Amino acid sequence: MLLRVSDLRKSFATEEGQLEVLRGIDLQLQAGERLALTGESGCGKSTLLYLIGALEAFDSGDIRIEDKSLSGLGDRQRAQLRRHSIGIIFQQFNLIPSMTVAHNLSFHARLAGREDKGRIDLLAARLGLSDFLSAYPEQLSGGQQQRVAIGRTLAARPRLILADEPTGNLDENTSDEVLDLMLELVAETDAGLLMVTHSSRMAARMDRKFVLTAGQVS
Amino acid sequence: MSVRNFIATVLMFLLGWLPTQASAQGYGGLGTRAEGFYVPKRGAAIEFPRDHGAHPGFRIEWWYLTANLRGEDGRQYGVQWTLFRSALMPPDQQAIASKSDWQTSQLWMGHAAVTTPDSHHVAETRARGVFDIAGVKVAPFKAWINDWQMAARNEAADGIGAVDLRASGADFSYDLSLTANGPMVFHGDRGYSVKSAEGQASYYYSQPFYQVEGEIDLPTGRVKVAGTAWLDREWSSQPLSQDQRGWDWVSLNFDDGSKLMGFRLRQSDGKNFTSATWIDADGTATAYSNNKVRLTEISRSTTAGRLVPTTWRVELAERGIDVTVEALNTNAWMDTSFPYWEGPVNIDGSHSGAGYLEMTGYE
Amino acid sequence: MRLATVLRVLWSHWTYRPLQLFALLVGLSLATGLWTGVQAINTEARSSYKAASSTIVPNALDHLERSDGLPIALQTYVELQRAGWRTSPVLEGQVRAEDGRLVRVIGIDPVTMPEQMAELTTPGQPLQDDIASEPASNGLIAFLAPPHRIIISTDLAELQDERFKRAEWIESPNLPFNTLLADISFAERLLGQPGEISRLVLDPKQSRSRVQLSEIAPQLQRITNRSGADMARLTDSFHLNLSAFGMLAFAVGLFIVQGTINLAFEQRRTMCRTLRVTGTSMQVLTLALMLELLLIAVIAGGLGVVLGYFIAALLLPDVAATLRGLYGAQVSGDLDFHMGWWLAGLAIAVAGTFLAAFWSLTKLIRMPILAANRPRAWALMSSRSTWWRLIVSAGLMAIAGALLIWGTGLVSAFTIVGAFLLGSALLLPDAMVVSIRLFESLARRPVAQWFWADTRQQLPGLSLALMALLLALAANVGVSTMVGSFRLTFNGWLDQRLASELYVRAANDEQSVRLQNWLAKHPKVDAVLPIWSVDTRIGGEKGQVFGIADHATYRDHWPLLDKTASVWSDVAKGRAILVNEQFARRNRLNLGESVTIGEPATASSLSIAGIYSDYGNPHPQALIAVDLLTNLYPEVPRRRFAIRVAPQEASQLASQIGREFDLGGRALVDQASIKRRSVDVFERTFTVTQALNVLTLSVAGFAIFTSLLTQSAMRLPQLAPVWALGLTRRQLAGLELLRGILLAGLTMVLALPLGLGLAWLLLAVVNVEAFGWRLPMFVFARDWLMLGFYGLFATALAAAIPARRFSKTDPAELVKVFAHER
Repeated sequence: MLLRVSDLRKSFATEEGQLEVLRGIDLQLQAGERLALTGESGCGKSTLLYLIGALEAFDSGDIRIEDKSLSGLGDRQRAQLRRHSIGIIFQQFNLIPSMTVAHNLSFHARLAGREDKGRIDLLAARLGLSDFLSAYPEQLSGGQQQRVAIGRTLAARPRLILADEPTGNLDENTSDEVLDLMLELVAETDAGLLMVTHSSRMAARMDRKFVLTAGQVS
Repeated sequence: MSVRNFIATVLMFLLGWLPTQASAQGYGGLGTRAEGFYVPKRGAAIEFPRDHGAHPGFRIEWWYLTANLRGEDGRQYGVQWTLFRSALMPPDQQAIASKSDWQTSQLWMGHAAVTTPDSHHVAETRARGVFDIAGVKVAPFKAWINDWQMAARNEAADGIGAVDLRASGADFSYDLSLTANGPMVFHGDRGYSVKSAEGQASYYYSQPFYQVEGEIDLPTGRVKVAGTAWLDREWSSQPLSQDQRGWDWVSLNFDDGSKLMGFRLRQSDGKNFTSATWIDADGTATAYSNNKVRLTEISRSTTAGRLVPTTWRVELAERGIDVTVEALNTNAWMDTSFPYWEGPVNIDGSHSGAGYLEMTGYE
Repeated sequence: MRLATVLRVLWSHWTYRPLQLFALLVGLSLATGLWTGVQAINTEARSSYKAASSTIVPNALDHLERSDGLPIALQTYVELQRAGWRTSPVLEGQVRAEDGRLVRVIGIDPVTMPEQMAELTTPGQPLQDDIASEPASNGLIAFLAPPHRIIISTDLAELQDERFKRAEWIESPNLPFNTLLADISFAERLLGQPGEISRLVLDPKQSRSRVQLSEIAPQLQRITNRSGADMARLTDSFHLNLSAFGMLAFAVGLFIVQGTINLAFEQRRTMCRTLRVTGTSMQVLTLALMLELLLIAVIAGGLGVVLGYFIAALLLPDVAATLRGLYGAQVSGDLDFHMGWWLAGLAIAVAGTFLAAFWSLTKLIRMPILAANRPRAWALMSSRSTWWRLIVSAGLMAIAGALLIWGTGLVSAFTIVGAFLLGSALLLPDAMVVSIRLFESLARRPVAQWFWADTRQQLPGLSLALMALLLALAANVGVSTMVGSFRLTFNGWLDQRLASELYVRAANDEQSVRLQNWLAKHPKVDAVLPIWSVDTRIGGEKGQVFGIADHATYRDHWPLLDKTASVWSDVAKGRAILVNEQFARRNRLNLGESVTIGEPATASSLSIAGIYSDYGNPHPQALIAVDLLTNLYPEVPRRRFAIRVAPQEASQLASQIGREFDLGGRALVDQASIKRRSVDVFERTFTVTQALNVLTLSVAGFAIFTSLLTQSAMRLPQLAPVWALGLTRRQLAGLELLRGILLAGLTMVLALPLGLGLAWLLLAVVNVEAFGWRLPMFVFARDWLMLGFYGLFATALAAAIPARRFSKTDPAELVKVFAHER
């Protein structure tokens, strides 16, 4: 099993007291499987994704990636995990502003020690970024920036790809185009994809769909 | 105290001149008490040539010459030459051996002026009584300060009958020859001249009979002059009483050869103390005590920012004198360390003639 | 919207970021404080010169003095007075009080003192009132007559001395520091100079019939008074130096201010946009921003003035010591607080603030209502301004170069220094970019590549602070190299110049003759060398001419910079002259050229056989054969001698002389103590410079700190993506720390050549213009290492605080970067 989430709980301290956002989530994902995570705004979709992505720590329960538990991992091991096993595509501002598109594309792969020049060139071509390799992120449009983020993640060949509304900030045409490309490329890598989306149209393109309501999966 | 006239004020005090100006600060022992200085005594004889010289045991002393002259250009001129001496300390302290050549018990100051109907030129010079920079010698007579001097023309001669007079300032100089054609005149009681009702007094004599010839150099050019001059010699240690504010003094030469010296000491209570000496053409002198002579202001003029009486009525009933005395130049203000008014006057009325007017204490 | 509301909204930024406000206030206060402090020192010193010159001889009054500098004889004074001159004698000298202090004594004659001289007053109570406090007559009498009233400067109130004890003391704030004013009769005894007069002050009202001066006293010359102006000219270089430092510190402070204001304006773009959108007019917004800046400037300016006062009060005693040591100028070590400082300090603070904010304000005014946020805006902006910087820098360098070739004078020298420093500082950002690109291209590992790329991007935001650091570091290297080189040269020079073991001064001519005879017979004494001198004119300038004996002491030791082959024999034969470096430089004189000594009418001409270094002396000086000196000036005082004796015999000989002739104190000094005193003067001379140096460096350090701190808030968007891709917060914090140290280190490396350039300019240009001597440059690598170490340590400390803060950042804060609109 690529990803196993069991009885995951997470609460935040707010002015009104502890707010429990996730109340015992159970979830599994297999390699090559594509899973949509939907739910209303503020239901905790993104939080769940960040917990799985080893960005934040959870209160109780467990997350296991390739049978390795996240609980009890230190900063260092989490970073290792993010570097080697996970690829995260955020809604926006994924890119490192000070580096060119080419460097952004290869950055994660090189961190993970899996740089493959040919593959990156190929990805850049597929993503339509070949002409922008020496540009800086802020010189690109929003759609182009998300393609770079996708390309970067795919170039690093992580086992688990997490995407948080990757096309949320894009118009419908661009959004479809980017999603098509992403699904196509993910399919080639045999990685598991967990995508947060509030669009049922998007969710319908996935293998399975989870709906998060009141902190629980249904 | 005015910042500007520091030395002015100081020397004014030393000379006992205008005590009123600083009455708020007290008199510094000068106005009223003689404190160890010699005091004039009635009946003490004045002797010549001895008494032409300085009297360092007395606090103040002067050689005061005024001249009424007419130039070859027909204009009237007035000339003043004054040497003041003042002692810093009483005679018993003066004797203490000094450790420095600069140390002195005497200060000297000279005032010189030339007055014309439309201009007035003044100079002042000061000196310590050291290194013979200033002083008075008796035989042959010489009174001097720096380059100014009044000196016997004939060095062999005794006394002051024939003297040369010299002074110069930034914008004038004069060189005059004086010859006396009359005797010395003693004021008061044989030279003992009372200055207040309380009895302050000075020794006071004059030589009013000088005939003058010489040359004055002014910015407008040199001019030869001739006329008469009047020398006053006075020394004292306590010339003014505490309540006296200043004085008005005249020396009048009448056309008939007779002369009148009169002064009025103004008191703070508004009353005055007056004194006069009538001098016949032959030099016979008659002293008039308090209130015999009357000096009355007739009109004032503005000079140097002050209102000063420049026209006077002078009366001496005993001699039938009732004259108007009017300044030749109302601007004869002496802008010296201590300021006063001193200038030539013309006389009209019961008698006519020319003379000099001096006024102090008009601040 | 009402102005008050807009102001409140704008102000909320500062309550949200108190650190920024703190940085702004501190930066501005420091800048104003250093500026005000330096100005206060300069003002105080200048007013001291003015007081000194005006009290003794007013600028308005001319005076007479002997052209050979000897005292005027009493008889001359008397003759002048009798010839119609109106003069007033002044006797001036120094006397060693029993407590060791050297007191300046001025004897005057209040009787002949011209009105204008009596009038001389510094603000406050007039001096004449001090002399003649009431009753006035008694005051003058007390001044003139024993036991004498004396007037002393307030710092002498505690003076203990038998000779003054009986006198009546009046303290006067009008007298210059360390001065005693008395009647000339008292002064001549106190000084032991009976019958001598230093100068005769001329009464402006002179008699028209006075005799010509040349007829009555041809040895006197009329001096149009300018002693105050002289002192001002001499000390100009020192004050210019201080002002330059004040300006540098102010500039460095402004860098902080500009950086902070710029940042605050950037961060409030959204706020300003919202205000504009909700109906605030541009005018109201601009007015509100300006009011806000004014308020900050006034508060900081006020703090700065207080700070400046303390800086000045702290440094003034050293400044006073320096001025005394270098120029003999008397400056009080006490500081009065002048109201004018408030105004000047506030004015400079406000002006500086608006100058610093000008760019940000105009940018904000030009900003379209709906401009997009651009994270790399600074980088883009800076790439555009690169060209401007290069052009301005080239222009400044051209100015420096042109002045170096054609310029003369002290102002030109300092302009060179200023243009060179500023021109170099402007090149710093581009030089940094170039070197970082080089490192970037060498980097192979992704984190390293990111590190360099990110450093390069961060540069524009830090470049002002780095420029400030560069200037401060360069100034530090430059000044310490200059001082170090000077110290080394000076010590070597002292060793040469003070070759004799003992220096003795007889009390009078009679004793001098006895002393010479006694020394001649003394078996241990190797040689007795005269140190006789006259104050006269050298090549028309007032200076000092010494006579030297033909002796190996000079041949072996005298510090000649340039000489002819037969220098010593030519001098000994009375054919040649040695002149000091400053005189030769000022007049562009070379070996073989001739120079005159004495008054123009009677001057003798001699050929220059050598030029010697003469540090610490502002005046022209020359050496001729002692026989020639006594021929030219038969009346030269012959009381001072240098004695050669085996070093181990020196102290015994000294005590023998002391016993035999009752000499001591300054009259009998050994080599070591003169050296000690000279070195002491030297060290104090540069205390202030070094103190200002350290202060400037501290300000620059603070600039770095605040820049890094304010920048750290903007760093999250740069760091979060890298963190998400698999770096820990600690790693990133470490890299942040490393980056700060690296930037500072790089700045230091670049500051080194700049500092050496500055040192060269100071030694070879500024010193020549200011003092007339050129110094060799020595390099003190150990000092640089220390400076580098301290610099890096300080930067590490400055960078550690924001780095540590980042390492503690909650991951939730980091992930927000990806979700929020920025």
